[in-house]
This record gives sequence, C-alpha cells and structure tokens, in this order.
Amino acid sequence: MIEITEQPIEVQKVIEAASLKEAGAINTFIGTVRNQTSGKNVVKLEYEAYEPMAIAEIQKIIDRAAQQWSLTGWAISHRTGTLLPGEIAVVVAVSTPHRKESFAACQFIIDSLKQTVPIWKKEFFEDGDQWVSAHP
Amino acid sequence: MKLKIKTFGISRDILGGREVELDMNGTSVGDLRKTLSTRYPTLDKLNSLFIAVNHEYAPDEKVLSDKDEIALIPPVSGG
Repeated sequence: MIEITEQPIEVQKVIEAASLKEAGAINTFIGTVRNQTSGKNVVKLEYEAYEPMAIAEIQKIIDRAAQQWSLTGWAISHRTGTLLPGEIAVVVAVSTPHRKESFAACQFIIDSLKQTVPIWKKEFFEDGDQWVSAHP
Repeated sequence: MKLKIKTFGISRDILGGREVELDMNGTSVGDLRKTLSTRYPTLDKLNSLFIAVNHEYAPDEKVLSDKDEIALIPPVSGG
C-alpha cells in the first residue's frame, strides 16, 4: 500500500497492510512533527506532495528494497496538509521473514523517501516561515 | 516553445503560481533550465532544482514536447 493522505494516518491500518503470514518481523517507523527547529518553536507544518510522482518514486524505493531484502509485505502512508507538533507525518511498515532484514529495509525506505520523493514541508514559527532544506 | 510548468514548494513562491506558462528558447530540459534561470534568478539560490517530465526526474539532455507534464522539483523535505 502506498498512500498520500490529508487525513490523520491510522498506524494500525498501515501495519496490517504490511503484515503477512510468511513474515516473522514487522518493523514500523513513525515520523512525527517536532515542536522545535534549531531552538525555535514550531507552530505548525504544511506538507504538500506532487502526488502521482511521489507514489511512483515511493514504488521505485520499494522495488530497490525488494531487490536487497526479502520483503514479505510493506506499506507507506504520508500525510499532507497542515500538521501540528506531535502529529504523525509518515508511517513506514515493512515485514520480512527475520527481524534483522526488517530493520535494514525500513531504514533504507525512510532514508530514501527523504531524499527523492517529491514531498515538501514548510515550517511555521511564531515570527515567520520557511520551506525546509530549500536554501544552503 | 510554450510550456506549462507545475510548481511545488518554494518554486511556487518564486514563479508565483501553481502552474505557470513559459515561452522557452530551445527544446531540452537543459534549455528550460537556462530560460528559468534567466527569468527567475532566485531559483539559482536553491540547494537543488530538478525538473520532472511525466513524473520522472529528467536529465538535461531530454527533449521536451508541449504535451509533456513538466514540474519543478526544489529540494524535497518529506518525512
């Protein structure tokens, strides 16, 4: 399952979508909105995605992961729209026959997602806002 | 060639719209980069700027057609 959604992410649904009877491990990463950046209070974040390309790029990451590890199941959900500190922005769930692979695959997927998938976030502070990572 | 360009993140703030029509010189992604850089020099200050054609990251050599879906991909920050 690959999902880009404006609705709050249901973690259990993502885990279930990644689960399979052949699996001996399910590894789940949950990314949440931090309440500060470099000592400044974050009031909210706004996420936007180039949805069809984001889904295609996530699929490429899954395909690369499946070449390296024996994935039995996987599911990724990424939120868009306005999020407050503490809310869940992304959930990655991966299942494999053994636990070691599940950690490696899950880390690979979230690390790659942050590098190549066309999703952007804007941080809003008490005194301004900025697109994250846009400038050096 | 006239192209419609989708913009995201900070590139939308710089170009001033979700979809911007652009009259470019040349036909390749590299030519589009030059046109963008001349018209919107602020884009050069970004950490990176990729151009996607039909939902794929495109190399500078790729030749464009006015039927392509073209999008600006400033530094991504999902997760």
